[in-house]
Amino acid sequence: MEVTLSILLGFMIIGAIFALHAKDLLSAVIAAGIVGYSLVICFLLLKAPDLAIVQVVVETITLIIMVAVVLDSTREELKVKIDTQQIFNISLAFIFMLALIFFFVQATDMLNPFGQHSLRMASAYVGETAAKTGSANLVTGVLFDFRGYDTLGEATILFTAAIGVLTILRIKGKK
Amino acid sequence: MSLIVKKVAQLITGFIFLYGIYIIVHGHLTPGGGFAGGAIVAGAYILQTLAFGRDTLLLKKKETNTSLSESISILIALMLAGAGFFIGTKVFFNNYLPTGKIGDLVSAGTIPLYNIFIGIEVAAALLTIFLALLIYKEEIEE
Repeated sequence: MEVTLSILLGFMIIGAIFALHAKDLLSAVIAAGIVGYSLVICFLLLKAPDLAIVQVVVETITLIIMVAVVLDSTREELKVKIDTQQIFNISLAFIFMLALIFFFVQATDMLNPFGQHSLRMASAYVGETAAKTGSANLVTGVLFDFRGYDTLGEATILFTAAIGVLTILRIKGKK
Repeated sequence: MSLIVKKVAQLITGFIFLYGIYIIVHGHLTPGGGFAGGAIVAGAYILQTLAFGRDTLLLKKKETNTSLSESISILIALMLAGAGFFIGTKVFFNNYLPTGKIGDLVSAGTIPLYNIFIGIEVAAALLTIFLALLIYKEEIEE
């Protein structure tokens, strides 16, 4: 399974790099779709069908919207000249990247090796979810019972996003 | 769109819609749940709109309806969660209904109710965003 995952990850990296450098914006959007759909197969290989269903649907809908946006506006990339302000921005981004890498290395030293986590909460969830909530699907039992606040927050985020889109896109206003 | 696209969309939309409802209702038994099923239901509407143009849904009216159903469903989910505070122990998101037998369609207490309302909310939110992009673009062009 590791070999298949490595091939898929390499494929995703190639797709992401191509999406950055493609001349045509439509092919860049399609190449970004490679990343999403490969992630679906990764989720299926790692035995997470709940996530795979959500990912395949959301990826399809966002791809449709992105293709519609590209076909409506322009297919060519805008040329931007590099001035001192942008050199400053790029160097700032690199400094933050180095700082983040430093702290990530520091943090991963403290963790257990890959695949041997000490999951105290998770073992309790895995053992007792079916008995406590009566839900045969473990993921839904955790999402809607133990972690109900998380689900409520996600629903509120979608609600806020829809209201924000309605507010920003309305140019003429209600009559 | 061409005749082939219209015919295939006509044949397939109902099945996609039913599959989304199946995913929502069986969320506590099989993989999936409110989020996945809601996105699939929204996808059925989006397919219909893309194939037949905006006239099929009478969009100017429907857009306010989707926004309304989204607001109402998240309010109901909040009230279900708040009811747990008053019934039995004082815990928000308390599972106060009887859990029933594991594996039955009607089981797991309040989880299926949350699934259904979160599903309605997600479907309405995604559809609202899509329709807003469509309607306001045409308003700008006019």
